[in-house]
Amino acid sequence: MAKMNMIAALNSALDLQLQRDPNVVIFGEDVGYFGGVFRVTAGLQEAHGAHRVFDSPLAEGGIAAVAFGMGINGLRPVMEIQFADYIFPAYDQIVNEMAKLRHRSGGEFWTPVTIRTPAGGGIRGGHHHSQSPEAQFTHTPGLKVVYCSNPYNAKGLLTSAIECNDPVVFFEPKRCYRGPFYGDPHKVPTWNSHPDGEVPEDYYSIPLEQARIVKEGGACTVIAWGTMVHVAEEAIRQSNVDAELIDLQTLLPWDRDTVVESVRKTGRCVIVHEAPKTSGFGAEMSASIQERCFWHLEAPIERVTGWDTPFPHTTEWDYLPSPGRIAEAIARTQEA
Amino acid sequence: MPERLTVSEAPYTIGIPPFRPGEKADFGGGFAEQPGDLNRPEVTCTAQDTATHAVGLIRVLDDEHVASGEWDPKLDEETLLKGLEHMMRLRIFDDRMIKMQRTGLLSFYMRSYGEEAIAIAQTMALEEQDWLFPSYRQPGAQFVRGRDMVSMICHCIGNTEDNVRGRQMPVHYTWKEGRFISISSPVGTQFPQAVGVAMASAYRGLDEVCISWLGDGTSAQGDFHYAVNFASTFKPPVILNVVNNQWAISTHANLATGGRTFAERGLAYDIPSFRVDGNDFLALYAVTKWARDRASAGLGPTFIEVYTYRAGAHSSSDDPSAYRPQDEFECWPGGDPIDRLKGHLIGRGLWDEDKHTELTERIDAEVMAAYKEACTFGDLANGPYPPASTIFTEVYEEVPWHVQEQREELGK
Repeated sequence: MAKMNMIAALNSALDLQLQRDPNVVIFGEDVGYFGGVFRVTAGLQEAHGAHRVFDSPLAEGGIAAVAFGMGINGLRPVMEIQFADYIFPAYDQIVNEMAKLRHRSGGEFWTPVTIRTPAGGGIRGGHHHSQSPEAQFTHTPGLKVVYCSNPYNAKGLLTSAIECNDPVVFFEPKRCYRGPFYGDPHKVPTWNSHPDGEVPEDYYSIPLEQARIVKEGGACTVIAWGTMVHVAEEAIRQSNVDAELIDLQTLLPWDRDTVVESVRKTGRCVIVHEAPKTSGFGAEMSASIQERCFWHLEAPIERVTGWDTPFPHTTEWDYLPSPGRIAEAIARTQEA
Repeated sequence: MPERLTVSEAPYTIGIPPFRPGEKADFGGGFAEQPGDLNRPEVTCTAQDTATHAVGLIRVLDDEHVASGEWDPKLDEETLLKGLEHMMRLRIFDDRMIKMQRTGLLSFYMRSYGEEAIAIAQTMALEEQDWLFPSYRQPGAQFVRGRDMVSMICHCIGNTEDNVRGRQMPVHYTWKEGRFISISSPVGTQFPQAVGVAMASAYRGLDEVCISWLGDGTSAQGDFHYAVNFASTFKPPVILNVVNNQWAISTHANLATGGRTFAERGLAYDIPSFRVDGNDFLALYAVTKWARDRASAGLGPTFIEVYTYRAGAHSSSDDPSAYRPQDEFECWPGGDPIDRLKGHLIGRGLWDEDKHTELTERIDAEVMAAYKEACTFGDLANGPYPPASTIFTEVYEEVPWHVQEQREELGK
């Protein structure tokens, strides 16, 4: 075991995959010599060669298309979109091309691309360095959508994403690259003292489609992903309610059994995400949970989300779900 | 080089086609460019060495169907006859398919009419291991690689033997065995994907080239620039073709670019760029062979404008008489690619009208037999179709729980 922040853990996953599979290549904007604007690919070009880890022209659509073609022809590309906000020029290539290739070709062609992209707010990034567009991909059959939350699951999930023979959109909560975030921008803890900052240096993987129970509890199920896992953890502490916290980890396909079992046990559910509320993935979760758990529910399912507005710059702390807002939602579920 | 026509009284420039319905199409009596005008540079040349080739027109066959000039590939009799046969096969096949569409046995169809030489000559100039990343108007490549015609018709019908299980519209062929990569409806996406395929071939140290095609209209897409720029940057073994058939449904090429030729664009990316007579089988073959030799030598991409004319409608849903003169194709100086190669072969004493009629009848019978056999696996009007369970399979490598639940809900 070693102490790693999320950047080091992701770097370790990439490094090991480059070692294990000669067909893995990594490319994107600034990922080569410089090692990425967040340093996730630092040192990999030097260690594995410029033909395996390289910078690309600044064209997200081109990056995705080239990854698609490489994946058809025997490679296992890991492409980076520098910020999730910039994924949209690649949307057609991801949604119409990668996601549908296996189906449209009767299984004759497929492309095992991993799309890594830093997402989410909390870094003073304004509306074009803060968005969390997971729902724009969970609505696309053929994609898998993963959202890590800490160093340990970042490494294990990225390992599985790269090995997956389906295209995977892999969101990294950039606010948590260097430490967990509990909703207070003035307190900046590191991963150093967090149990999930203990990361094996060797290879391991965490299966996709598996949620993680962060904290067991009997009074309410709180479901979150990415940065919101930590904010929700803080909210549960403040609420004094014995809530169970589920880190969903993979959003498409999500872990039905873990979620359903928990909500049937607690009878109450709060879903937290930082993306806007309308048509957010919380809406899908809420609908699906009531279909499966209606007769076990004691209170309406609550959603605590970002607002249905563009993501703000200086007022982002009033945009992101706060521990206080989440705690209030948990409390409301206890009133029924 | 064609003149660019615009509406002069508009507040901004509006590109227009040279002729509209009711007008007499007049292209000035023939191409100004002649075989022998342009040299055949070494494959080690620079992009600038092709500057004249990007604004001229590489031709081998003249108006009398005589081959000449440095670009004459000097193909043997067998290759020439094979090329003619594949082009005839494609045209007869297309005619049968459009009849099927008109009688409700297909939902939709797109012919290659007038453009038969392109995919056929270009694929014949490549090696078996080379990748084909086509748009919807290069199905002829499959005949070159020996695809079973029954299988192609079954795809177009979407019946129980369709290898893509009724999931795609007709003409969206997939054929991995022939390295014919799945066709996608959003136009142009394949162009930068082809660059990725070629980069993978280079990465793996294989002598493989990837060829891709898109149309003059599609060259306006961002994917066009992605492809050419990535090809320029990484220099993989890729051949990028803009098939300028002058019409994107009703939109004339004068609206696809404000520039002169499409080939000229490649020069700006420092890629050797050629403008070739797309109805001249020999010129197409020669230019493509040049590009393959260059790619195979590790010298990177070639950019080609294939200058042709879309003789038929865009698709079975289109009526070109609404936007262009009905006889425009007959007036266009590029002629018919089949007539031109046929004329060349007759001129050399390798072919005659009797043989041509005989071959036409043989292919007619072949297509009819394939059509009848394909229909035994189901037609659009009467079925049977692939089982409904195929809606749920091959979405992922393994069927996930939520898709499985929905399959059970359908109950099939």
